[in-house]
Amino acid sequence: MPLPAPRKKLSTPESVYLVEVIKGMFLTMSHVIKNIFDQDRFRTIEYPDMRKPMAARYRGAHRLTTRPDGKVKCVACMCCPTICPANCITIIAGEAADDPAEKFPVEFDIDMLRCIFCGFCVEACPKDAIRMDTKIYEINAYTRQDMVHNKSYMINLMDGVKPQAEDVYRSHPEQAPAGYTFDEKPVV
Amino acid sequence: MSFEDVLPYLLVVAKCVFAVAFVMNIVPLLIWGERKGAAYIQDRPGPNRADIMGIRAGGLVHTLNDVVKLVMKEDIIPQHVERFYWALAPVIAMSVALVTFIVVPFGDYITIPVGGVLEQVPLKVSDIDGGLLFVLAMTSLGVYGIMLAGWASNNKFSLLGGLRASAQMVSYELAMGLSAVVIFLGAGSLSLSVIAEQQSGAIWNWNVFSLPGAIAFVLFWIAAFAETNRTPFDLPEGEAELVGGYHTEYSSLRFALFFMAEYANMIVASAVTATLFFGGYNVPFLDGATIRAHSDILVAALGFGAVPALLSFAVVAFKRRNRPFYRAIAADDIRHREPKFWVATWGGLAVAHAGIGVLGLTGIIGASSFGPDVVAFVLQLTALALKVLLGCWIMIWVRWTVPRFRYDQLMNLGWRVMLPLALVNVFFAALWIIVKESLFA
Ligand code: SF4
Ligand code: SF4
Repeated sequence: MPLPAPRKKLSTPESVYLVEVIKGMFLTMSHVIKNIFDQDRFRTIEYPDMRKPMAARYRGAHRLTTRPDGKVKCVACMCCPTICPANCITIIAGEAADDPAEKFPVEFDIDMLRCIFCGFCVEACPKDAIRMDTKIYEINAYTRQDMVHNKSYMINLMDGVKPQAEDVYRSHPEQAPAGYTFDEKPVV
Repeated sequence: MSFEDVLPYLLVVAKCVFAVAFVMNIVPLLIWGERKGAAYIQDRPGPNRADIMGIRAGGLVHTLNDVVKLVMKEDIIPQHVERFYWALAPVIAMSVALVTFIVVPFGDYITIPVGGVLEQVPLKVSDIDGGLLFVLAMTSLGVYGIMLAGWASNNKFSLLGGLRASAQMVSYELAMGLSAVVIFLGAGSLSLSVIAEQQSGAIWNWNVFSLPGAIAFVLFWIAAFAETNRTPFDLPEGEAELVGGYHTEYSSLRFALFFMAEYANMIVASAVTATLFFGGYNVPFLDGATIRAHSDILVAALGFGAVPALLSFAVVAFKRRNRPFYRAIAADDIRHREPKFWVATWGGLAVAHAGIGVLGLTGIIGASSFGPDVVAFVLQLTALALKVLLGCWIMIWVRWTVPRFRYDQLMNLGWRVMLPLALVNVFFAALWIIVKESLFA
């Protein structure tokens, strides 16, 4: 058994507990007064009104990228379901009608309840067809079924993201891209 | 029966209602102060999301939310409790806390006509001669609520909490009583209104500004922490080791009663301390007669004096619309009303106070039969309320500064430090009085 650490001998003013209590009270009061006069001292981020800016490499919800003509870039090569350690990607491949040499995913589901956000699928993809650069961390639903993100959901994922990015840019204007314009005028 | 016949009875009822309302209205304010104070001490904004039509009032709305939440919660009665005593305990805790307030005077007197003669009615619910003894008796009764809750819960953690509460009460009650002895040695009376009256006038008439009084105040105040079970003496509910202590098994409104009883106890302890040591309802340098004689000037001075303060609040509220928060929320968010609301409120209050000042200048208050009494009542009540709020704030402030005592430290402090000190202080006070009287009489 380890011996108890030797106790520090208290000095006389320390052993009169009251003095130390009053010193402590002055310390806490100084915080109160500073905070009353400058409320922007708080480190608290007032989510959901304000958001923390996510790092550039933050792995958020997956999205599927598209070619200029609007078709998914994915060629259903099955690299990502193969590497996925959580085994949560399900792809049903089909042949493109206009070009029988080309494959494409008829269905592309990711079970977000099982995903561990390792990003291996992004690394594995030869076509840059799957990305996790959305910075979306609010992945939630009322049913298990809704937690399975399907193809059209992941293609259109960024559509709803504009307002979220705006939140970040409003509370942290320095993060906004140069020349970024807000949808509606911010109140000044 | 004429109106004047029933007036005395009406007055008793009115005073009872007033005393209960005084305590019960400060309770939500304290709950807010506790949370906001804790938050500001810990560098965070605290409750600030609940709003009524966009007005968040710095988190005050959360208190309202709490009430609704506690009322709506399911009242769970565990199978293993002693039903009757278990249900009785929160009632005892709350009612004892409220009853103690009846001996605290909240003003000197008001003049009303009774049976054709003008009579001075003292502003306290009950004029018990042994008021101080009543306070001590009631504060010790308060622990019965906690003990009963601990025992009837039939649960070892609750029982331990109840035991700790009673042991703590026994240890600190002695020091509390002995420090109160110092006060009535000086006052020659146990009645709280006599004690308060003797401290009227200049601020150095307050009991705390004599040497034995100051020592007695420190002892009394520490004992008051122990009696109200506030940190650093909150061992009965020490949640780290006792789950929730005596109120582990309680939910819904029964828990709310314990919760409110704690705050009611704080208010009563502060009110008693204010009355014993800080002049009670007395406004420093203005005794009742002075206030009544100069009521017009006082009203004018206070009315106009408040205007700059209120206007500066309005300016602060106006500036706050530029905070990052208001820039971050959407343009059509209803919380943009907030700065406007506060500017309007503070501005309106400033105008109202200027109006009160003008009223004072016209001199109709001093000329009317009840005007000076009303002014005296309002000022004295405000003085008492401010002293009570300050006391409660110190309790909150200490709670978020000082960690909880260990049990043996608690007992050591009570029996080996505070009790001997209080005893010596009593002798010292007696000596002090003898020396003072032989020197100055
Ligand atoms: S992030 Fe990892 S776990 Fe999630 S789908 Fe991609 S490979 Fe699978
Ligand atoms: S690795 Fe890329 S291209 Fe291959 S199936 Fe996955 S998303 Fe499609």
